[in-house]
Amino acid sequence: MPEPLHFILNDKEYETTLPGGTLVLDFLRLHARFCGTKEGCKEGDCGACMVLVGELDGDTIHYKPITSCLMPIGEMHGKHLVTIEGLNQQNLTPVQQAIVDAGGSQCGFCTPGIVVSLTGYLLQRGPSFDDVAVKYALGGNLCRCTGYASLKRACTEVAHRFEHNGDDHTTRSGIDHLRKLIEWQMAPPYFESIPSRLQALAAANPTNGQQIDGPLIAGGTDIYVQRGAQLPNTEVRILGRDSGMKTIEVHEGDIHVGALTTFEEFATHPEIQKCIPGIVSYNLYNASWQIRNRATLGGNIVNASPIGDMTALLLALESELLLQRQGQTRTVAMRDFFKGYKKLDLQSGEILTEIRFAKPDRDTLVHFEKVSKRKTLDIASVNSAIRIRCKAGSIVETALTMGGVAPIPLLMKNTNDFLTGKPVCSETVRGAIAVALSEVSPINDIRGSAEYKTLLVRQLLIAHFSTLFPKQITVREFYETH
Amino acid sequence: MKHIDAATHTRGESQYIDDVPQPEGMLHAAVFGSPIAHGRLLTIDLDKAREVPGVRTILTADDIPGENQVGALIADEMLLAESTVHFVGEPIALVLAETPATAHKAAQMISVETEALPVITDPRVAFEKGEIIGATRTFVLGDVDQAWKDCDVVVEGSCEIAGQEHLYLETQRARAVPREDGCLQIYASTQSPYAVQKGVARILGLPHHKVEVDVKRLGGGFGGKEDQATHWACLAALGAQITGKAIELVLPRHQDMVMTGKRHPYSSDYKIGLKQDGKIVAYEARHYQNAGAAADLSPAILERTLFHSTNAYFIPNVRAFAASCRTNLPPNTAFRGFGGPQGMFVIESAITKAAETLEVTREEIQLKNLLQDHDIFPYGQQVHDANIRRTWQEAEKSFKLKNLQKRIREFNDNHFEKKKGFAIMPICFGISFTATFLNQAGALVHVYTDGSVSVSTGGVEMGQGLITNLAKIAATAFGIDEARVKVETTNTTRVANMSPSAASATTDLNGNATLAAASEILQRLKSFAVKELNLSHPERLTIEKETLLFEGKETGWTWQKLVQSAYFNRVDLSAHGFYATPGVWFNKDKEKGHPFAYHVFGTAAFEVTVDCLRGTYEIDKTKIVHDLGRPMNELIDRGQIEGGLAQGLGWMTLEELKFDDQGRYLSNSLASYKVPDVFFMPDDLEIKLLENVNNTWGPYGTKAVGEPPLMYGIGVFFALQDAMRAFRPEMPLTFDTPMTPEKVLMQLHRDEIEGFKTDSDVMADHQEQPVKETE
Ligand SMILES: Cc1cc2nc3c(=O)[nH]c(=O)nc-3n(C[C@H](O)[C@H](O)[C@H](O)COP(=O)(O)OP(=O)(O)OC[C@H]3O[C@@H](n4cnc5c(N)ncnc54)[C@H](O)[C@@H]3O)c2cc1C
Ligand code: FES
Ligand code: FES
Repeated sequence: MPEPLHFILNDKEYETTLPGGTLVLDFLRLHARFCGTKEGCKEGDCGACMVLVGELDGDTIHYKPITSCLMPIGEMHGKHLVTIEGLNQQNLTPVQQAIVDAGGSQCGFCTPGIVVSLTGYLLQRGPSFDDVAVKYALGGNLCRCTGYASLKRACTEVAHRFEHNGDDHTTRSGIDHLRKLIEWQMAPPYFESIPSRLQALAAANPTNGQQIDGPLIAGGTDIYVQRGAQLPNTEVRILGRDSGMKTIEVHEGDIHVGALTTFEEFATHPEIQKCIPGIVSYNLYNASWQIRNRATLGGNIVNASPIGDMTALLLALESELLLQRQGQTRTVAMRDFFKGYKKLDLQSGEILTEIRFAKPDRDTLVHFEKVSKRKTLDIASVNSAIRIRCKAGSIVETALTMGGVAPIPLLMKNTNDFLTGKPVCSETVRGAIAVALSEVSPINDIRGSAEYKTLLVRQLLIAHFSTLFPKQITVREFYETH
Repeated sequence: MKHIDAATHTRGESQYIDDVPQPEGMLHAAVFGSPIAHGRLLTIDLDKAREVPGVRTILTADDIPGENQVGALIADEMLLAESTVHFVGEPIALVLAETPATAHKAAQMISVETEALPVITDPRVAFEKGEIIGATRTFVLGDVDQAWKDCDVVVEGSCEIAGQEHLYLETQRARAVPREDGCLQIYASTQSPYAVQKGVARILGLPHHKVEVDVKRLGGGFGGKEDQATHWACLAALGAQITGKAIELVLPRHQDMVMTGKRHPYSSDYKIGLKQDGKIVAYEARHYQNAGAAADLSPAILERTLFHSTNAYFIPNVRAFAASCRTNLPPNTAFRGFGGPQGMFVIESAITKAAETLEVTREEIQLKNLLQDHDIFPYGQQVHDANIRRTWQEAEKSFKLKNLQKRIREFNDNHFEKKKGFAIMPICFGISFTATFLNQAGALVHVYTDGSVSVSTGGVEMGQGLITNLAKIAATAFGIDEARVKVETTNTTRVANMSPSAASATTDLNGNATLAAASEILQRLKSFAVKELNLSHPERLTIEKETLLFEGKETGWTWQKLVQSAYFNRVDLSAHGFYATPGVWFNKDKEKGHPFAYHVFGTAAFEVTVDCLRGTYEIDKTKIVHDLGRPMNELIDRGQIEGGLAQGLGWMTLEELKFDDQGRYLSNSLASYKVPDVFFMPDDLEIKLLENVNNTWGPYGTKAVGEPPLMYGIGVFFALQDAMRAFRPEMPLTFDTPMTPEKVLMQLHRDEIEGFKTDSDVMADHQEQPVKETE
């Protein structure tokens, strides 16, 4: 019998013995009957089920909006779970009021989720809503009624009100930030007591460290989409409850990334931004902020989808994977990890703990391209990453990867060989295209026809080179006849 | 006035059906649907499912006590399949269990034996095989056959117009609660409470009055819950009747997508003839509507395609033919625009093709042919208050469209792989149900002795702001504060025989009925007051700001006092109001008449940028001038315009329904079916309302607003095409929607594709991969 779970639900300490795999959404709607949280898709795509999860960090706390439809209740242990009901105060909060005033709610079904996301944004970053911030904050919320224009106006209104209210755009975390939001009535007063209450909760309920034998859950954003019907009644092993696997460290020119690092943590880390200067913009096209708050790099790799975005990038960085089972550790080169469609060099019970790659040197450029039907919150038709080292105008070494064109995330071996030693010019790219086309084997599926994906292989190669070497290579050169 | 429910919406306190506390012992239902698109149903094996702990019972067609029929226009659709199945997902059995999870688990354990029959997914194939629903229809004006020879150019071609998933955020759901004496109370997420009442009564063999349907609100409908909410309510009712327990049925998203119908795909041919100067002389269109497996509302939708087949243009010679074709897809149904958008897309395509041939811009032809007052539509009605030119000119002027186009040309001259495109989309949309009898509505208004007011109508609140509009109408009529008015749930015991909330006419009809009821009460109040105040001429009494005035001067009576005194003097403070749109009629034998009370007009302009290397694109600008009559509630009306536009843009670009040739729906989740998100919609969206327009038909001079703005979205297709042509001028024009990034890239780079051969052997190796990449 697993230990009961202890957490704070809105303003109340809560204990439950539900199986740890139970979805937070089901727990809220069916058990706790907090019905402000809605179910729109149960796949992480609509945001109607959005909740905030607050996690202690020393004596302060960090809140993130997360889709409760892909999050197991076991994950809540020791945390603060906030639903729309937990944000309500006697008067409407400034976010709620602005949505009302701007006509940002029509049928209302998406609205609680939108309020939660926006409040989550405020808790993380303050009310500095500009066009970009609004989209960031609402990237994981669909609204079929409003067309978003009124919601954008509502956010602008919130930003206006609080610019004149002493927001210096700096205090964005820590207890002071929280106090300020409480003062502005963006969050209810009880939030201030949460950090100490969570500490007390942890002290009163020490875990016995017993590990549950069950399916591994990292962020849950893949496994619950695929097995959402079976997992909720079972115990699951929540990797986040084991310690570690979350740090990003630099060791002698190598970057070590814990497998539980989320997309968002990865892309906002200063070391990573140095290695991959475009990471923030690439990441914007990966899922949504809300999903990126949960989706882990390890999950992306082990899920073994041929179109995993971070996988494509990490493969181009020629990462190594550290795998652990019962104290035994081994290392596999990522290029050897993928054996076939969703087949991995991973034994049962083995956990991916860390991803390592060499820090790109000054002559190395890294770039990522992704084409999907909808630019944001969509799975790629084809994605591609490249790491390329040039000296004196010629290519010394390169690793190009393509996703969505083979049963596995593909390191384009022949193309890489072809490119090595060649000068950086359009002629080289033309040659590379020919080799690349012989290396890929896309199929017709929901993400596009095989022909389309084949064409994208060509296009993305041109895109890589014309983006990385705009002086030497222009797109025009590939369309001479036009 | 802000949306009345907005505050509770933002607090998550607005209740949808399954948020309401559950009745004692309620059971949950799950539907088992057909695994194949067409076949004979030989056996149904329920044994394994029955053994699942927590399952109470499983129902099939045999358990239906009344008539197993849900076809509204034509009786061709069963609630639960009997001997044949006609589309994937067609309901076969209903599992009732203690929890939703148990019900769904058990439903998955049901299996059927079937004998496959040929599957048709293409409407033209269905047409050839004679699979036609109802009569084919032809609207004729002038004589096209004679007119072709008067044309300087004649072009023809075809269009493939895709359907569209409604994607209301709240999936279909209903709760049925047994009441004493064999009565049932149904809480349904439906746009048509009366259709649910009739449907349940028919299935259970009950008189209508034993079935009470109550609707608080919908989490979106868009047409998808006009006819197709009935099925789920009927299933819940069937369960309730048989078990004696309350039953709740909520479709999971995936099932909602698979089992319910969508906007109709159309395959259409056009032929258009013009004079050298761009004047359109003749137009012929043939529309093959993909109706899916049953009639549903398809024949009515077909009709509206014909009504709007010439959009906002006057064309003297027209022949428009349309056939509703039966295929093995889920029965397609109403969706904002109701067939109109498809008709408009075809004429816009024809104009685009003609512009290419004449070597002029689309806009030249569009402008030259815009409707003017007294022009005749192919259905015989004359257009009045044809504001279309005004909206066009206003758009040109306020948004400086000429400059915009110039900047686009400059941009294109200076950029290679990024190209901008431009298009204008004028719209003309007729308001009224085209089935004349539906243009009626009732309202029940009570004034309580504290002066507060209760309004019930047949209209359903689904986000469109109906109850806010009704509250405003009632408050204005009585001269009282809006806060005094409460709009009640829509309930079949308070208003009978209501028409669906559809055709953009809900506020018009129910608002006018509310006005009728309010004026009846007012009349009684005034007659009473003149006597009490020793005055004559009750018509000189008015109420303003809750004060009773006589010839504009205070009488010393407040609204409250008036109401209270009237009550003590036994004046009836309740009234039922009724409204039937005057003057609308249509003769189907002649296909002529006056089907619409009035028309809504507007003009939208689009600027887009296409990344011609990657095939992706952005909508940079959308500029709209819209005719709202005299808007009563701008905040809400703008919301309708913005939301309708978003759906129209989605329909033309991202929203791609994919079925395989066996009728299986592949884009069956939000992971694979993409609707506009916050990034997709243009930041630069400007909407101007046309000023100084009157409308005698809407309450207080308003105009209907629900559907028309969706059709602006059509313009984006042509703007994208324009941008693509800037990159590749010789690109052949095709009119297949939606214009996905895939289509953009494939059309732009046809030459390159010819260059490579896909290796079929290698591909065959991987064909076993699952189609649905959840990733
Ligand atoms: C709405 C939505 C949008 C998405 N968009 C994108 C996108 O744009 N790009 C993209 O690449 N992906 C996308 N995804 C997919 C998903 O978010 C990513 O693949 C994510 O990285 C998965 O990580 P996770 O931690 O959530 O994995 P989980 O779901 O927790 O795990 C996935 C699998 O890996 C196993 N696993 C996880 N971690 C480990 C480990 N450390 N050791 C051993 N096994 C492990 C699990 O047992 C499970 O089988 C999206 C998903 C959703 C729901
Ligand atoms: S229910 Fe749609 S994201 Fe969770
Ligand atoms: S208001 Fe209806 S989905 Fe957003």
